Amino acid sequence: MTMLAVKDIDVYYGNIQALKGVTVTVEEGEIVTLIGANGAGKSTLLKTLSGLLKPKSGSIEFLGNSIAGKPAQGIVKSGISHVPEGRRVFANLTVEENLELGAFLRKDKKGIEADMKKVYDTFPRLLERRKQMSGTLSGGEQQMLAMGRAIMAKPKLLLLDEPSMGLAPLMVKTIFEVVKDINEQGTTILLVEQNANMALSVASRGYVIETGKVVLSGSADELQSSEEVRKAYLGGH
Amino acid sequence: MKRHSKAFWPLLIAALVFYAIVQGLIMTDMLGAYHTNTLIFIAINIILAVSLHLVIGITGQFSIGHAGFMAVGAYLSAIVTMKFDLPFVVAIIVGGLVAALAGLIVGIPSLRLRGDYLAIATLGFAEIIRIIFLNIDYVGGAAGMQVSKMTDWTYTFFFMLITILVIVNFTRSRHGIAALSIREDEIASDAMGINTTYYKVVAFVIGAFFAGVAGALFSHNFYIVLPSQFGFLKSVDILILVVLGGLGSLSGAIISAIFLTLVSTFLQDYPETRMIIYSLVLIIVMLYRPQGLMGTKEITDYFRGWTSKGGKDNGKDTIT
Ligand SMILES: Nc1ncnc2c1ncn2[C@@H]1O[C@H](COP(=O)(O)OP(=O)(O)O)[C@@H](O)[C@H]1O
Ligand SMILES: [Mg+2]
Repeated sequence: MTMLAVKDIDVYYGNIQALKGVTVTVEEGEIVTLIGANGAGKSTLLKTLSGLLKPKSGSIEFLGNSIAGKPAQGIVKSGISHVPEGRRVFANLTVEENLELGAFLRKDKKGIEADMKKVYDTFPRLLERRKQMSGTLSGGEQQMLAMGRAIMAKPKLLLLDEPSMGLAPLMVKTIFEVVKDINEQGTTILLVEQNANMALSVASRGYVIETGKVVLSGSADELQSSEEVRKAYLGGH
Repeated sequence: MKRHSKAFWPLLIAALVFYAIVQGLIMTDMLGAYHTNTLIFIAINIILAVSLHLVIGITGQFSIGHAGFMAVGAYLSAIVTMKFDLPFVVAIIVGGLVAALAGLIVGIPSLRLRGDYLAIATLGFAEIIRIIFLNIDYVGGAAGMQVSKMTDWTYTFFFMLITILVIVNFTRSRHGIAALSIREDEIASDAMGINTTYYKVVAFVIGAFFAGVAGALFSHNFYIVLPSQFGFLKSVDILILVVLGGLGSLSGAIISAIFLTLVSTFLQDYPETRMIIYSLVLIIVMLYRPQGLMGTKEITDYFRGWTSKGGKDNGKDTIT
């Protein structure tokens, strides 16, 4: 079943067009990755999906309902949760308070508690540091917190914006394992990455985006073996 | 999401005992008018500092026109008591409500946007309010308006207590944590689905309400209310209380309100010296404690270490 259908959207920052007729679909249960160089428009697409930006034209359907241009609250409620680029944890709040804020729109206390436990099971480091100010966490821990915070909203679709950015290789591996875990537990994932190797190793399908346009799409295997992708994003061998 | 503090009840009881002792001393004439007035000034400044702390320290919105809301409360309450002969309590509440309404009108358009719009809007608002009162003959124009002294220790103390209780409660509630998240990172807060504009406006309007209350207490403590009492420098004075206390710390705002009111009261006969010492204190604090006296900590954070070993109340800085 199609979970997300983005059709032909144009997104602008003032007069600058950042997305030009982008079409992307995500099926339920998938990990889909969006790869592309800096400034290609990857973050812009995620921000548009989560309601932080509005498309000028085109349509976005999530589970059959149009969400294009809707406010972020409504979109979060309907089941999309966004881990923004650069993590953006609430630095002067504790780890636990950050997680609570992820569940801000939920009313089911029991469910929130259960999910908090699940997050701590997934990220034992966060449990150790739950009373610590999140600004004092390491980069990898902040990434875990940002992902945990998004999971607390109980999303059906999780949008991850460059989770590996600035992390040591070992931590990158950990984060990607968790991405797979989260997916196996039933959350569909749209993963933005510059680390194409890693992204294609966990994803089932992918899109390549260049200067605001989708230039290539296909299964992860197809993309991995594509000459163009190898040259531009996989270090060219 | 409530963040309880074990020190809450002891502090409240201590405050009430302090009130009773002072009231006893006033009634037995052991505390003269001068010292009583100093206490009243301190309490009014605490209301101003704590209400601005909610806007700047908790919600992270830079408002620099607090004196404007204070002026609205000062004049509106004076009209209620002097022109309509209504009770002082009614006047205080009307002053607060009209200031809150002004807060809503200034807040809604400027808080929908991110950035420095609020600073500019509040700065402009405070000046406009002052000029409006300056030009309305009904309230005496530049010559000011006669007001009877109605403010006393009891009124001031209890309105101060209400201010603190309301703002502490707000901060510890679901609304408070939403407001804090806006201060920390507005975009992330948006991404959590938090209606950031709503919480910014709510905090701003509550802040304006209590500034209006402070204005009412202030105008009925003198025998006259003048537009010149609410100029830009007054807004800066209030801002300094919050910055000196440490952005984000309610107890810091209270401590600096007490401290700076005492400094300026003792030096009021030497206005030049007052300004020098005032500036020196600020420079020293900015050099040695740029995060303010308390940073983002609360006095109760220090009690916590003594009263419980970690405890269930979540000590912000206890690492378990
Ligand atoms: N807030 C903004 N205002 C104006 N232009 C922006 C803004 N954010 C991004 N852009 C521009 O939009 C384009 C796409 O950016 P972005 O989506 O962040 O790229 P990516 O995430 O792929 O690196 C870039 O040209 C960038 O300069
Ligand atoms: Mg990006």
